[in-house]
Amino acid sequence: MKTGPRDAHEFEAEKNCKKQTGKMGKGAEFMKRVEEWVDVVVVGAGHAGCEAALASARLGMETILFTVSVDSIAMMPCNPNIGGSSKGHLVREVDALGGEMGKNIDRTFIQSKMLNMSKGPAVHSLRAQADKAEYSRSMRKVLQETDHLKIRQMEVTELIVEDGTLTGVRTYSGAVYHCKACILCTGTYLKARCIYGDVSTYTGPNGLQAANYLTDSLKANGVKMYRFKTGTPARIDSRSIDYSKMQEQKGDERVVPFSFETDPDTVQIPQVSCWLTYTNEETHRIIRENLDRSPLYSGMIEGTGPRYCPSIEDKVVKFADKNRHQVFIEPEGIHTSEMYVGGMSSSLPEDVQLAMYRSVPGLEHADIVRNAYAIEYDCIDARQLELSLEFRDIRGLFSAGQFNGSSGYEEAAAQGIIAGINAARKIQGKEPLILDRSEAYIGVLIDDLVTKENHEPYRMMTSRAEYRLLLRQDNADLRLTPKGYEVGLISEERYKRLVEKERMIREETERVKKTWIGTGAEVQEFLRSQGSTELRSSAKLSELICRPELSYQKLHGIDTDRRELPDDIQEQVNINIKYEGYLLRQMKQVEQFKKMEERKIPQDLDYDKVPSLRTEARQKLKEGRPASIGQASRIAGVSPADVSVLMVYLQANKQA
Amino acid sequence: MGGDTIAAISSAAADSGIGIVRISGPDSFAVIDRIYRSKSGNRKLSGEKSHTIHYGYIEDEGDVIDEVLVMIMRGPGTFTAEDTVEIDCHGGVCAMKRILETVIKNGARLAQPGEFTKKAFLNGRIDLSQAEAVMDVIQAKNEYALKNSVSQLKGSIRKEISELRERLLYHIAYIEAALDDPEHISSDGYGEEIAGEISQMREKILHLISTADNGRILKEGIRTVIVGRPNAGKSSVLNKLLGEERAIVTEIAGTTRDTLEETINLNGITLIITDTAGIRETENIVEKIGIGKAREKLEDADLVLYVVDSSEQLNENDAAIVRMLRTKKAIVLLNKSDRKTVTTREMIEELIRNENGAAKEKNGSRCSGALPKEENESSEKSPEKQEIKSSRREETEYPVLSISALKGTGIDLLEDKLKEMFYQGKISLNDEVCITNMRHKELLMEAKESLDRVWESITLGMPEDFLTIDLMGACRALGDITGETSSEEVVNEIFGKFCLGK
Repeated sequence: MKTGPRDAHEFEAEKNCKKQTGKMGKGAEFMKRVEEWVDVVVVGAGHAGCEAALASARLGMETILFTVSVDSIAMMPCNPNIGGSSKGHLVREVDALGGEMGKNIDRTFIQSKMLNMSKGPAVHSLRAQADKAEYSRSMRKVLQETDHLKIRQMEVTELIVEDGTLTGVRTYSGAVYHCKACILCTGTYLKARCIYGDVSTYTGPNGLQAANYLTDSLKANGVKMYRFKTGTPARIDSRSIDYSKMQEQKGDERVVPFSFETDPDTVQIPQVSCWLTYTNEETHRIIRENLDRSPLYSGMIEGTGPRYCPSIEDKVVKFADKNRHQVFIEPEGIHTSEMYVGGMSSSLPEDVQLAMYRSVPGLEHADIVRNAYAIEYDCIDARQLELSLEFRDIRGLFSAGQFNGSSGYEEAAAQGIIAGINAARKIQGKEPLILDRSEAYIGVLIDDLVTKENHEPYRMMTSRAEYRLLLRQDNADLRLTPKGYEVGLISEERYKRLVEKERMIREETERVKKTWIGTGAEVQEFLRSQGSTELRSSAKLSELICRPELSYQKLHGIDTDRRELPDDIQEQVNINIKYEGYLLRQMKQVEQFKKMEERKIPQDLDYDKVPSLRTEARQKLKEGRPASIGQASRIAGVSPADVSVLMVYLQANKQA
Repeated sequence: MGGDTIAAISSAAADSGIGIVRISGPDSFAVIDRIYRSKSGNRKLSGEKSHTIHYGYIEDEGDVIDEVLVMIMRGPGTFTAEDTVEIDCHGGVCAMKRILETVIKNGARLAQPGEFTKKAFLNGRIDLSQAEAVMDVIQAKNEYALKNSVSQLKGSIRKEISELRERLLYHIAYIEAALDDPEHISSDGYGEEIAGEISQMREKILHLISTADNGRILKEGIRTVIVGRPNAGKSSVLNKLLGEERAIVTEIAGTTRDTLEETINLNGITLIITDTAGIRETENIVEKIGIGKAREKLEDADLVLYVVDSSEQLNENDAAIVRMLRTKKAIVLLNKSDRKTVTTREMIEELIRNENGAAKEKNGSRCSGALPKEENESSEKSPEKQEIKSSRREETEYPVLSISALKGTGIDLLEDKLKEMFYQGKISLNDEVCITNMRHKELLMEAKESLDRVWESITLGMPEDFLTIDLMGACRALGDITGETSSEEVVNEIFGKFCLGK
């Protein structure tokens, strides 16, 4: 078997060498090492690390952000887009809390679409194609212009933990950075290995240097690790593609920005197109005939891959009856000719990749710029974290992103901002910011990660949010900006605007509920023109809004008292009225949910002392140490009876 | 703690046909006011003094269900420290069931197993030192209910519910997959597409609900166990009872019990018969393993058929068996009457007297525990039945019938005896069955209501994402019946059935 530039053997040798020289112990005292003191250390400058560092620095913490490559800050190593179903919600929520991702994509997108527009408002979701290089450059600029934030290119190799509390980190160069909190956002870089066919390199994505030491330090501190896997398709030279054989996919005519702060007029820019083509029987034949050369099927890859992001070979095997699969050709930026081949990630050998891509209409003469590959990396069992994203057994250590077993840029950013906020709040002696499942997709994401056992990279999905009618992308600011303001990431001015928006929505919703529409000829004619039935007697405006074919916006003609309101206010009023019944029902469910969440479980509870718990439940509770009765009830293996038993036990202890 | 108003059959002395339906919670009085009528006409019990008893009727939409005594008790001076109503009903298991249903229809919710005890504890009515006992009760009752819930479900019904659930799950996954990846899968118009199927499912659930009303969704019948020494003729008795002249209703290879169960119908009385032929009651280990295994089966039995080989001597094995019978209704069958009689009716009756007398002494001091009534039951697998058992303890007399399973003589006597015992109320169904039945019915209703809302959303032309909310509700309710709920199943179904992703 061929190997890449460095193989595992070399690593071991290097590591042993470093162990001898790098330690600041006896015999190393004479060596001069850099030693610095900061508040917060962030390890990794991907989407989690950037949000974490920004939140921490913006909250006044002296923050240092480590990356293995400053040129790769906020890099998008896989798909060239931000958002998508439920992920778009996460971006909106990050923005509403005062994060950067939404603003950054608004500055650097080259195409944008609101998905699911034919569905209900809860599942409308934004997705934008990014200019990858611009996205990275723009985020780097923001970091560089942020006070209290330093960027440092260096690999962090060791955690310094004293009595269960993190006190600093050590770098590859031997330098020590003493800190009050550290946030690990190592993404896919821990002991990363990239594989296609029989070729494997011990690097992170795009040939970047992997981080090979931190895993051992984590394990030495008792952290339980998993090994996960994901993959990416090839990038193909645009000049070699015949677009005439593909269907053009354009962006929306009117672009909606991600950030609540972005002026919609500034995002109406010329957009580039994506292209749709399909695999065929020939493609599938090539794949099938070469399956034995796939590292996935030969057992060379040990990591657990995500089911939602299957490689093309997985799709062909698992859905053998499908005779074609969609392929989206997406630009990676304005100043690059590379095109991302969405839908055809693979770890097949290079020659098979070439043959397989070239069997797709429009790609007959495709030139590959970068091969498709699978990547394996170390991450943690996130049940070791509290809902604040702090390690339960290593105080002061936080973590976010793919390191926690999630996948996706947006999931990473969402955890990053929360970890950044909570690291800062811990230092300030404040309670952590915890969003629950009824408040945000971020809450669902983090609760799932730290509560449930995940055996594959976790992706946000709309079906995971049980109160999704309330957790819409259109009301993320109403839900979360007050919290962002309280935390200190939202300016006074932005908060005031929000309060004003809330007032206008409330007043207009009330007015609509009280406004009567008569049966005048004008009204009847309007209703007819909208394909709606005429009124037999006067009705409330709100009743008319509820008709499927009508809306608040459509009714302005017969609503004579209406004053002109901004679009976003009109949208909120329309949703509030139109879906009132459904919304009320979910609000009631949320009330029930909150009751259980409010029943806290002491973190030092000794589950061995709780009688009558079933063995399985006791085991799972010990592993997960839930923060509340509600969280306990979501752990697989804990039955309703176990939850009742726990409630009785807690009550008894309270009285004792 | 305020919260829900709950109701359950709190004790069912099935022998006498009197049972109590207990309601606890803030709406208890409101509920009873809606369904109670005194002899003289309408009267509100909520205005009555606390701890008073009232004679009258329980009505369901004008129909009188039963003649009852209602006890009104205001919190906090009650078991749960909440407003409590107890309805004493006389009309047997069926009436009790209907009363409970009416109570639930009028604003209470069916109590979870052990919930009264839990409420009592959380409201400070049970002493702290008994917390452990309380936890035991909750766990034991839940385990028992769970076991019953699944094991009592008829195989065919279970299959039907599972199939409905699978279809629902598929539709949910389809819509959700389309929402997650709209460029790969389209759910446009999916609502209209499944409208027909949804209304069919609704019909099926309605049918299941009516089946539940007739008590036919559960393996409802008199749970009968045949015991006896090896070669006493247990299997021959079973075969005779199952003979061609009898209607074999179903044949269920026990899924959880690991034994063959036969359901037979004798003169309109349904028996679920379990043969204990699997037990090897050899000389030396009968005291240990044999008793343990048979007792397990006897635990749930409503009736025991004890087969004795009259052509052989009674020995210590028979004594052991008789000891196991002591809290049970049993009929002794002196088999092999066609052979020379060695063991006579008198001999077996004496054995029973001796063994049960000894048992009685052992049991004498049992009721002096300091715990409140419900806690005392905690060590038993079936807390509800403990009470019933103790009331049966006094009755040591078992009918003894002489038969020949081989020749078929005396079987008619057995049939007559069964009929007599049943109609005199000496044997009856285990009340757990009807509780389980209630729980299932409530869940079926929930599923039906969820589907009603799905249907309504489709009719209103709501987007597909609204449909899955109620489809999930229906799916969850059905899953609670078959015990198949898991939080990740929608996600698993999406990935299992649909090809998504970049």
